[in-house]
Amino acid sequence: MAKTVIVSCGTAIATSTVAAKAIEEACKQAGIQVVTKQCKAAEIQGYINQGADLIVTTTQMRFDPGIPVINGLPFLTGVGKDKVIEDILEVLRD
Amino acid sequence: MKIKDFLSQEAVIIGLEADSSEEVIRVLGGKLRDLGYVKEDFVEAALERERNMPTGLPLGGEYNAAIPHVDIEYVHKSALGLATLKEPVVFYNMVENDKEVPCQLVIMLALDQPKAQIEMLQSTAGLLQSPEVIERIMKAGSVADLFEALP
Repeated sequence: MAKTVIVSCGTAIATSTVAAKAIEEACKQAGIQVVTKQCKAAEIQGYINQGADLIVTTTQMRFDPGIPVINGLPFLTGVGKDKVIEDILEVLRD
Repeated sequence: MKIKDFLSQEAVIIGLEADSSEEVIRVLGGKLRDLGYVKEDFVEAALERERNMPTGLPLGGEYNAAIPHVDIEYVHKSALGLATLKEPVVFYNMVENDKEVPCQLVIMLALDQPKAQIEMLQSTAGLLQSPEVIERIMKAGSVADLFEALP
């Protein structure tokens, strides 16, 4: 069954687009089925309610969502990108 | 479509002198508005967004960048604006909003569709991840030189 990753940023236009694409590619390479749901920070709770395994965000989380949260900034800056992909795959492999 | 396809020469400023992130946003946003890419209220919206959800990105090297942008409703037609700053200007960290990020490079993204322009966004991210490209951009003495340096 595919894993669901919420990919969020401020406007759901720019940074989450880059992150979602990168996550999809990393999962494809790792043989993990994933569905990404791109959204604004304000919409996160709604997507959690629909069922999600992980949040990757490039905004500051303002609440505890009850599922793992990973900082998606490395997809933009490149700093720590390999590690963040590792971390994401590890969460999704469970 | 890559960065160059969205960036017009008139929307590039080299060595901008600014005292604050607000000033940078006003100047770049003003350019995009005058060129017809964004609406009248784009600049105010960009300022508000930057206050609530800052766009400073620490790149881990000599230079940092900020990527101010807002919702599509303020944009007529997708375009980029780019400024290299004479002196670093403080923006705040996108993910840790109270952390200061002194930025020398500002790329304003005016996007008219969500989840689109993936190539352009990816090439912007690629730019941010290439210290050599950023160095060339920062050292460019003219808009023409700067364009040469773009991926």
